Amino acid sequence: MTLIGWMQILLYCAIVLLLVKPLGGYMYRVFSGDRTFLSPILGPVERVLYRISGTSENEEQHWTAYAAGIIFFSLVSFLAVYVLQRLQGVLPSNPAGMPAVEQGLAFNTAVSFVTNTNWQNYGGESTMSYLVQMAALTVQNFMSAAVGIAIAVALIRGFARASGKSIGNFWVDITRCTLYVLLPMCIVLTLVYVWLGMPQTLGPYVDATTLEGAKQTLALGPVASQVAIKMLGTNGGGFFNANAAHPFENPDAISNLIQMVTIFALGAALTNVFGRMVGNQRQGWAILASMGVLFVAGVAICYWAEAAGNPLVHALGIDGGNMEGKETRFGIAASALFAVITTAASCGAVNAMHDSFTALGGLIPLINMQLGEVIVGGVGAGFYGILMFIVIAVFVAGLMVGRTPEYLGKKIEAKEVKMAMLAILALPLVMLVFTAIAVVLPSAVASMANGGPHGFSEVLYAYTSAAANNGSAFGGLSGNTPWYNLTLGVTMWVGRFFVIIPALAIAGSLAAKKTVPASAGTFPTDSPLFVGLLVGVILIVVGLTFFPALAIGPIVEHLAMIHGQTF
Amino acid sequence: MSQSKSASIVDARILVPAIGGAFRKLDPRTLIKNPVMFVVAVVSLLTSVLFIRDLVTGGGDLGFTLQIIIWLWFTVLFANFAEAVAEGRGKAQADSLRKARTETQAKLLNGEDRTKFKLVPGTSLKVGDIVLVEAGDIIPSDGEVVEGVASVNEAAITGESAPVIRESGGDRSAVTGGTQVLSDWIRVRISAASGHTFLDRMISLVEGAERQKTPNEIALNILLVGMTLIFVLATATIPSFAAYSGGYIPVTILVALFVTLIPTTIGALLSAIGIAGMDRLVRFNVLAMSGRAVEAAGDVDTLLLDKTGTITLGNRQATEFRPVKGVNEQELADAAQLASLADETPEGRSIVVLAKEKYGIRARDMATLHATFVPFTAQTRMSGVDIDGSSVRKGAVDAVLAHVNQATVAAHGTRPTSDTNRDLQAIADEIAKAGGTPLAVERNGRLLGVVHLKDIVKGGIAERFAELRKMGIRTVMITGDNPLTAAAIAAEAGVDDFLAQATPENKLSLIREEQAKGKLVAMCGDGTNDAPALAQADVGVAMNTGTVAAREAGNMVDLDSDPTKLIEIVEIGKALLMTRGSLTTFSIANDVAKYFAIIPAMFAVFYVAPGQKNGPLEALNIMHLATPQSAILSAIIFNALIIIALIPLSLKGVKYRAIGAGALLSRNLLIYGLGGIIVPFVGIKAIDMIVTALGLA
Repeated sequence: MTLIGWMQILLYCAIVLLLVKPLGGYMYRVFSGDRTFLSPILGPVERVLYRISGTSENEEQHWTAYAAGIIFFSLVSFLAVYVLQRLQGVLPSNPAGMPAVEQGLAFNTAVSFVTNTNWQNYGGESTMSYLVQMAALTVQNFMSAAVGIAIAVALIRGFARASGKSIGNFWVDITRCTLYVLLPMCIVLTLVYVWLGMPQTLGPYVDATTLEGAKQTLALGPVASQVAIKMLGTNGGGFFNANAAHPFENPDAISNLIQMVTIFALGAALTNVFGRMVGNQRQGWAILASMGVLFVAGVAICYWAEAAGNPLVHALGIDGGNMEGKETRFGIAASALFAVITTAASCGAVNAMHDSFTALGGLIPLINMQLGEVIVGGVGAGFYGILMFIVIAVFVAGLMVGRTPEYLGKKIEAKEVKMAMLAILALPLVMLVFTAIAVVLPSAVASMANGGPHGFSEVLYAYTSAAANNGSAFGGLSGNTPWYNLTLGVTMWVGRFFVIIPALAIAGSLAAKKTVPASAGTFPTDSPLFVGLLVGVILIVVGLTFFPALAIGPIVEHLAMIHGQTF
Repeated sequence: MSQSKSASIVDARILVPAIGGAFRKLDPRTLIKNPVMFVVAVVSLLTSVLFIRDLVTGGGDLGFTLQIIIWLWFTVLFANFAEAVAEGRGKAQADSLRKARTETQAKLLNGEDRTKFKLVPGTSLKVGDIVLVEAGDIIPSDGEVVEGVASVNEAAITGESAPVIRESGGDRSAVTGGTQVLSDWIRVRISAASGHTFLDRMISLVEGAERQKTPNEIALNILLVGMTLIFVLATATIPSFAAYSGGYIPVTILVALFVTLIPTTIGALLSAIGIAGMDRLVRFNVLAMSGRAVEAAGDVDTLLLDKTGTITLGNRQATEFRPVKGVNEQELADAAQLASLADETPEGRSIVVLAKEKYGIRARDMATLHATFVPFTAQTRMSGVDIDGSSVRKGAVDAVLAHVNQATVAAHGTRPTSDTNRDLQAIADEIAKAGGTPLAVERNGRLLGVVHLKDIVKGGIAERFAELRKMGIRTVMITGDNPLTAAAIAAEAGVDDFLAQATPENKLSLIREEQAKGKLVAMCGDGTNDAPALAQADVGVAMNTGTVAAREAGNMVDLDSDPTKLIEIVEIGKALLMTRGSLTTFSIANDVAKYFAIIPAMFAVFYVAPGQKNGPLEALNIMHLATPQSAILSAIIFNALIIIALIPLSLKGVKYRAIGAGALLSRNLLIYGLGGIIVPFVGIKAIDMIVTALGLA
């Protein structure tokens, strides 16, 4: 580990923290329906959209209507993405002449992009036409992100409101999110990325002659615009197969820093939106602090493990950290940092190959996702995810101070506990059960690139990534098989909607409750004690769930490496 | 709660029957009520069946498997035992109550004739029947006195042997079946059918037969079931992981891991905690009609307390004599004492005492003075004495003033000087403003001054309120006094707010107002006019001396009729919730150590490098447990024994401390969270050493 490495990490954290308040304030105004500096331009557009779709910004929905809206919207999106892929061969804007995507892969990809996972069982430049990239995938990058943020805002309203029936209007929320938050920021980011050298073209691939005289086809396309939303919306689906390790997708250290910052920007700002909506910004900071503790710990371990490298390699006389699978233009610190960020938030973009990380270095991304992506998390998803843990933490802690547990004046009762447990259970269900089947299914085992614990980690990582709607791949696993296309698709669907529905149910139930004024008998939820409690509950619940699986994967691999054994 | 009472946990009369109870509770119909323990029983049964199969076919490590199975069953039995012990404590009480419910003969009156009755069995009485109960009779069922006055021995219910008066009309009209009339007679209208009397309800309550899960308990059960499901996932996937790694994990060991991981500790003790919470109230002579009420008590935000008897001593006392100009204190004191000599009210007696203590005026004998007592009446609002043509009166200021004016006009044709009048009024106002009650004194038509009667705030009550404030509970004093007086007493007692000139209506609206703000309200009351407020309050404690209506409306009955108890009831409610929360935390925190015992034991055989004895995961055996078998056995033994070890705590409850919620949480997190992580490491290691030394594994 180097001083410069740590300074990079510190600089990153500082930028993210500085963005929280201004972005949070802006988003708070957007979702409260207040005027912003963009209202004069976007207001008329917004009103036209409402008139066309027949909704009104004053029309609020019960949580069931809100949830029905999401499911309907997601199903339609799924069908659109699926059909566009299947028909891409006969549709325009296909200069490379890509044929129709095979049905298993098309199913997997459609689920993947609708659920904000962006797991890619395909290589972008060799499978998808420009039309599919833009009209199907990029559109979903916006929409799935907007849906996530809308749910988070709806849940926040549940806490903020008292004795209410509704939690907002889904259509209004996604419209505002896309129009006022995602689009303007993406336009600015796209311009910056183009300036930094990313391609943004609809022209065909370019043939070039290399210095050695060999012929090479350079894949191009509307890269900058897709990268802007893939990071901001924590989608992570790369334009190219190599994702953010590809020089066209991530040219240099500056673009790398901007990409990392934009992954966390909206998720972190949502904690501030929460604080503002419930009338106490400290509440938001306390949640961000819990996320921060887990994040910094993860970065420290991952960076340390990668910088320490592999003793077996050192024994061969090659000093230094583990550079396998990393880009020299980013180095160890920025690669480890990127890996932790992308798995903490449910982004899934990668600028280094996680498969090549040391066992412990690769363990951190895995744990981040198993925590349910609650460290900042996917836009919206991370926030409603951590609120599920907060419900559990507050419930146990509340009992310990001798009161019916309450959070922000809302009593946490059987219904909230049930829904939170459902949401928390959904992830290990698909992560563990599918892994358990896959590691004994010969056809699934055949997809592993490595044997032993490392192969196990590849499979565990795949299902974990899919369930957490992360989308990053450990690499090594050939996922484009009927088994993986189907099961990973199901996993992504469960990981998304089995969390969303309970979260909205909690929102509805909380909104209907009275707000109990805080007293000396209520324990403060904006204190370091609460931060510690929340971190403890998250680590214990998740740790207990995944300890056996982790022991048989990365942990045994690490211990074996110390004893000189590799797989 | 005295120490001697909690020591009864180790009473053999409870423990021995509880052992039998533990086995009886293996009935699946009983077990299913406790999902966590039901799951343990199911997997125990499964391993037992597999063991019998292995026994027949031969194979496996039978001795080891048998030990695991035994401890699995012990886990279930210990849980049942905990519940049986908790119930046993209530049963002892129920038995003594049952003795009071012995078959009685009732004197059923029929028709208009109030003297003729026929003897019928007490159990045949219907609601609305009127019975005669005479001295020596046992009251056959709950009812309301419609005629007569009697002294009643209620020791059967309250344990208090001093008889109480029960009379028709007013707030002391309720009688309870099973209590005995000692003197006189009463006619009672039966208000509860046989089997539904107060005594019946009490018996089933203390026995826990009617126990229903409270809202928090249900929520906690959901959490525990959720955790259990998580561990189903964690353990059920292990065989496949093991198969991939080239190994095999026997079912018994998987079951052992599963049972140690699921929250058996809290699952086993949960119902015992609930029963013990009710029991603590019963021991405190408070009957909660539902567990829900006990839980609500812990959540109370606002406490409505009656001034008289709760905040102040029941009676006002004379504290000073304030003469008007031209009269000295001695003279006033003398007259005041004279006027009070025959006054048997506590106020009157306090005047006599004050005069004696402060001015050395000895009480005189009415007879030797040839004095005649003029008692207080609602019309005159004065009392006093007449001695040989001279008269002394004391009473309400306006009444005495009117009396003096009248007398002066009659005697002299003029009114007394307005100076004296004004002076007296000024003193009276000053006393009222300070929260006292002024009592004017005159002698032969001459105004002498005012006696200051004061409400004496109970000693230590201000500290109790400060403590309540730390718990986050707001106290509101309810009084019939005027706002001025009320404010002064409220300030002295340190309550947060007061309701002056309280009527049943504004009491009720105060409760509704608080509840509209999302607060939970507790109050106590005894009169029929308290019934609506008692019913509206989240925790309504009715005094046992109160009316039937009040007792029906409240969700708790205080057998000692002591309104101060509301504060203890809140603490018991809080302790109940805290015990659940703390043991849940402890139970889940325990899992860390159990993983470190069992995972290396299970997985150490994988990926063994050539020339090595153990695989890399042996490094996780940080406790250095002797063998995989001893590690697993120690974990399951610890898991079972900790249930027994925590029975006393779950029955006694985690003590509530008014140190603020934040401090309380860190304290409990430290003890039960951090302690919950550390204790099993020590415990499992110790058991492992014993198991190894005994050669059990």
